[in-house]
Amino acid sequence: MIPETGHYALIIALVLAVIQGSLPLYGVRRNDVAIMRTGITAAFGQLLFVALAFGLLTTAYIQSDFSVQNVYENSHSAKPLLYKITGVWGNHEGSLVLWVLILALFGGLVAIYGNNLPERFRATVLAVQAWVSIAFLLFIIKTSNPFLRLDPAPGEGRDLNPLLQDVGLALHPPLLYAGYVGFSISFSFAVAALIQGRLDAAWARWVRPWTLAAWAFLTMGIAIGSYWAYYELGWGGWWFWDPVENASFMPWLLGTALLHSAIVMEKRDALKIWTVLLAILTFSLSLLGTFLVRSGVLTSVHAFAVDPERGLYILVILVLFTGGSLALFALRANQLKAGGVFAPISREGALVFNNLLLTASCGVVFVGTLYPLALEAVTGEKISVGAPFFNATFGPLMVPLLLALPFGPFLAWKRADLAGTAERLYAVMGISFATFLLIVWLRDGAPVLAAFGLALGIWLIGGAITELAFRVKLFKVDLSESVRRFINLPRASYGTALGHSGVGVMVLGVVAVMSFEQEKILAMQPGDTADIAGYTVKFDGVRPYVGDNYRDIVGHFVISRNGRIIAEVDPAKRVYIASGMPTTEAGITTVFPSQVYVSLGDPLDAGGFSVNLYHKPLVILIWLGALIMTIGAVVSLTDRRLRVGAPKRAAPRGAAMPAPAE
Amino acid sequence: MTRKQRRLVLIGAAGTTLALAAALVLTAFQQTIVFFNTPSELATQDLSPQQRIRLGGIVAEGSVVRGRGTEVSFAVTDQIATVDVVYEGILPDLFREGQGVVTEGILDTEGVFMADTVLAKHDENYMPKEVADALKEQGLWQHGKLESSQQ
Repeated sequence: MIPETGHYALIIALVLAVIQGSLPLYGVRRNDVAIMRTGITAAFGQLLFVALAFGLLTTAYIQSDFSVQNVYENSHSAKPLLYKITGVWGNHEGSLVLWVLILALFGGLVAIYGNNLPERFRATVLAVQAWVSIAFLLFIIKTSNPFLRLDPAPGEGRDLNPLLQDVGLALHPPLLYAGYVGFSISFSFAVAALIQGRLDAAWARWVRPWTLAAWAFLTMGIAIGSYWAYYELGWGGWWFWDPVENASFMPWLLGTALLHSAIVMEKRDALKIWTVLLAILTFSLSLLGTFLVRSGVLTSVHAFAVDPERGLYILVILVLFTGGSLALFALRANQLKAGGVFAPISREGALVFNNLLLTASCGVVFVGTLYPLALEAVTGEKISVGAPFFNATFGPLMVPLLLALPFGPFLAWKRADLAGTAERLYAVMGISFATFLLIVWLRDGAPVLAAFGLALGIWLIGGAITELAFRVKLFKVDLSESVRRFINLPRASYGTALGHSGVGVMVLGVVAVMSFEQEKILAMQPGDTADIAGYTVKFDGVRPYVGDNYRDIVGHFVISRNGRIIAEVDPAKRVYIASGMPTTEAGITTVFPSQVYVSLGDPLDAGGFSVNLYHKPLVILIWLGALIMTIGAVVSLTDRRLRVGAPKRAAPRGAAMPAPAE
Repeated sequence: MTRKQRRLVLIGAAGTTLALAAALVLTAFQQTIVFFNTPSELATQDLSPQQRIRLGGIVAEGSVVRGRGTEVSFAVTDQIATVDVVYEGILPDLFREGQGVVTEGILDTEGVFMADTVLAKHDENYMPKEVADALKEQGLWQHGKLESSQQ
């Protein structure tokens, strides 16, 4: 009964979504508030039934009900409970149910927190949101029903892809989806604004918290995915410029641009048309990401379904939503009034610069990701576009953006004084330049680019700190006065500083790993030692180990420095019993902020094992930077001026945005 | 500055960024694109020395030799032609004789492919898409496990 109930729940959710997608609009047309408000009830109902379906699917997984085909194909009775639950979205059908669940959750949140939206606007937003739900619920029910039964029921399941049997699966997909789907709110707001032909600063004030929340989820989702691949694949890589990675990175880049342009729109009533376009494009890229990953045009761990019908269906959704909203944009954009003017050197100008470079870098990632697919479709020629392409295109576009970044928060709105701003940053410039010289000098023959990159990281962090220091008038007034000012700063100021210094922290990690990483591939016999980056790694030998649903050959390595033992790691070659699939479990030890990474390879014909040793300098900073950025976003969200549901200004306009220093 | 001048600055900045991005993309395409070949295609290719390519096919049965140190050699075949490959390092978990593989590297003057990358797909139905397509074209591979597991 459980699977059937789940199936019905999905169908009821679809019906409710259809109601939510049409009745409120009828209400808007009739100007009848009661009819408009049906959207709210429908949104809650939809959430309830999607949650019910999701809960029932989870129950089937926990009970290992192998009469359900989806459970049979992706679960196993010997699997630990955590992986039984996370296995729900470790496959095509289940992951789509999660997608729709998060979509319904966001819809429900808009219904709850939308009380201060104009009635007509809320009705339209909920209706647009429902269209997205309808498309995906139809997709699930028509092509990807997770509740199909098998008769007779098999006695045992086929197990989840072993690479997915990791705590990463509990975090990465839900966070990533919350990011992707969160941008659907910005999208719905944009489309609703276009339908109503009304777009003002208040719009940006409503959209910003949602965008910020989605952005925070996406940032964390991508970062966790990156760390997961880093330790699970055993190659020690943290970013491969793989098309599936790019699929999540493109909405991130545009989402970042949207976050910043919405500020200009809110504060200065400018860049309105551009902001709406960004909101549409960001969600379109989220849909494109879903298409690339779920359609099977790419082969990867993420591509569960190699079924042309499904791919075609998602393509249709993508074309309908992107094409439809862009057509609406083209029809209505010229009716929107252009906003305020500003000088090129101003806060607005800086944010435009940010937007241009972020959009351009998103563009090059887009071309690099889709060109091989397009070329193959047209000419049949197979090419691969890999890291060298992205390093040569994405890198040069990031440099001017990051160089300019610390100036941004110092610049005044409308018209700013560049020389005066530069003066405030002299100290940081000096420190960064000294860092540059020091690295070139210390590491004789260090690549100049690496030294430049590390100096850039310092420049970003220093710039963010300096900005806060000027805000609180550090050393200009009493320390206690500075502390008082610091405490009273709006939360968004902390958010900005954290976000921007997070970028700096990440840059330090990325540059250090790219430039100073050491790798050794060795044939080691038990008892052998090897040196890497000042560490001595001793191989003690291997032993067998039997886990819940796998068998290991575990290597034992002792890592020491200057004769003192720092850590012992146990990298393993693992074979999952149900599927017979081998995986590599890396042995990693952290000496903050660097890591020593040991990967056990195949046994050699001559005895011993091949072993990969890496020293990853500052590698932790890559993910720490992402974490700091996310914390920045969360702190900003707690700002009362931005709080979800309380977008009205508490203070008059002048006091709302603290002038950039004085 | 008049409104018009400001607008011109904006358009100029956008144009410059766009041109910069386009220039970067075009240069990078010329220098970094790697073409995919099967062993029989490789025989007919006129490669410049040091040109990086991808080679895909099936690992020939009985060809894997893990001998001297960490060097591994194996042969990649599409049943028409066979190319010997030398690789230094740890092979991906799913590397097996009789299974599909994609390698990236340089063909040396002796006709041995010096691979620095061996690609793995994270799936037990290991058959890289390029390899499957190429083999299908030659009529050598019918969809096996890939499809049956997705019913």
